[in-house]
Amino acid sequence: MRFAYYPGCASKGACPELNQSTRLVTEKLGIEIVELVKSSCCGAGVIGEADPDLQLALNARTFSQAEEIGLDIMTICGTGQGIMSTSNKRLKEEEGLLPRINGMLKEGQYNGRIDVKHLLWILVKDFGLERLRERVVRPLSGIRVAPFYGCYILRPSSVLGFDDPEKPNSLESIISILGAEPIDYVGKTKCCGFPVVLEKEDIALGMVSANILEAKDAGADCMVTPCPLCHMNLDIYQQKAGARAGKRLSMPIIHLPQLVGLAIGIEPRELGFSRHLASPASLLDKLGE
Amino acid sequence: MRVRFSIQRFNPALDAKPRFMSYRVEVARDATVLEALVRIKEEVDGTLAFRASCRQAICGSCSMEINGHEKLACKTQVLAELDRHGEIKIAPLKNMRIVKDLVADMGPFWHKVRDITPWLIPEGYGTIAISPSTMKTFDNVDACIMCGACLAACNSNEVSEGFLGPAALAKSYRFIADPREGNKKERLLSLQHEDGIWDCVRCNFCVEVCPKDVKPMEQIIKIRRASIQEGMRWTKGSRHITGFLDIVKREGRLNEAAMPLKLIGTDIAGLLRIIPLGIRMLIKGKVPLHFKRGIEGIKDIRRIFRERGL
Ligand code: SF4
Ligand code: SF4
Ligand code: FES
Repeated sequence: MRFAYYPGCASKGACPELNQSTRLVTEKLGIEIVELVKSSCCGAGVIGEADPDLQLALNARTFSQAEEIGLDIMTICGTGQGIMSTSNKRLKEEEGLLPRINGMLKEGQYNGRIDVKHLLWILVKDFGLERLRERVVRPLSGIRVAPFYGCYILRPSSVLGFDDPEKPNSLESIISILGAEPIDYVGKTKCCGFPVVLEKEDIALGMVSANILEAKDAGADCMVTPCPLCHMNLDIYQQKAGARAGKRLSMPIIHLPQLVGLAIGIEPRELGFSRHLASPASLLDKLGE
Repeated sequence: MRVRFSIQRFNPALDAKPRFMSYRVEVARDATVLEALVRIKEEVDGTLAFRASCRQAICGSCSMEINGHEKLACKTQVLAELDRHGEIKIAPLKNMRIVKDLVADMGPFWHKVRDITPWLIPEGYGTIAISPSTMKTFDNVDACIMCGACLAACNSNEVSEGFLGPAALAKSYRFIADPREGNKKERLLSLQHEDGIWDCVRCNFCVEVCPKDVKPMEQIIKIRRASIQEGMRWTKGSRHITGFLDIVKREGRLNEAAMPLKLIGTDIAGLLRIIPLGIRMLIKGKVPLHFKRGIEGIKDIRRIFRERGL
């Protein structure tokens, strides 16, 4: 099983632990990844707000690099997945769009032949849950995990299409396979607030505290997310959000591959937990680490 | 088939808080949720309150929360809901005051729509021909039936009540895009305020729940684009976009740690406020310092930006 690996900006910037844990987990599971070293930012929907064609061109450029080595792309960012799925669908389906965007590229052309899949989907479908179960050496029993999907890996479902946006199940199924208990709460498909944290901090922090408090009330020991932008907002801004809400939040926010890594026997210190601002110590203690 | 419906009941004159009640009724296999509600009201409990009129997804009055999601009761099949969720749970639209049972107070929704001046302010008195292709750029927004589903689902509205919200902003875009409109600039200006276009978090819920495919979020994005093009670049929201473009053009990737500076500009107090968090991030290794020279292949990326006039 081989994929062209698109690390995205966050895992090369503020969330290096995501890149690190992805590499360890894919290696241990035997999923071969070839990094697209020349790939750029996907635009995160922000570039598209100013110039939709520019965002399409940046993504077509990345797609052409994967097409050249004949591999589908693996993403590790929910937001990147949303933007790349949308771009790919448009490039493949809208008449005349592909040649126009290709006209903006110089180093390669995209022919609409690759798919873009999130690590979460790859684990559930391509790798397979049963195979994942066989690789669990340290079941996360006794741990209650709140799945936090964020927006773009689910919506718009007419583009993403992997999970039912009203009743997603991929994170829950992975959490269960790893031996932990998924908890249910309304906030799991809501926005983390990250897109406006710099300009509308009150809105963003309000979302952070509401989502974390809801997960906490439902009994979560930690929250797990397939999106590093959700991770940033829920982790980095957690203390601020707690202060604003007048509540102690102290909720470990875990990247998807970190959770998988713990269960398949990768040492916690290798998974980069020390880089989190909200300490995962309570979770690791509970796991007996 | 005999189906169990769990329906939220609440009469503010009598009840302390809402509660769910269970109703079992016989419905046809192709019945809609609205047909089931009518049957319950007619045959089981005449006090059940809900709104409906057209029964064909035109009037927008029957929007409610079905299994946790905003839907038109007349457009939602009982069987499909059962297949999808294994049960049928019905509540009024959330984030709105409950008038009774499934009837939510739509007042705030109407006020938001009124606030964007929902009528054309034509330029002069002449006639302007509009081509079908121009019409196409906003006719899906005209399809809005004002059901309020998008506002109930809006994540931003949930924490920021004042936000104009998806339907009103989509409608506003409809006038901004209309070639007959004479007040475009004023309209754009009026949306830059605290509760305007920059409050949208792009959660996509409005796009997902809209029964008429209005795609409100995409219309909001078009208003933002038009604002920047018109030179309205003083809001933090617009600086987020222009700053983002600057960084990706320079480095090929977004460096999150460099973004706050792009928004703060010359605001020294703002700068001092972000320093403590910046230091904590630095200690945790969350501030990349190697981006300056740009990623491999940066020249090609800069060329694409330049050719877009950026
Ligand atoms: S935009 Fe869609 S969801 Fe919102 S009020 Fe109009 S029809 Fe209803
Ligand atoms: S995308 Fe924006 S307008 Fe639409 S529901 Fe989300 S926050 Fe509200
Ligand atoms: S009754 Fe008119 S939209 Fe449902």
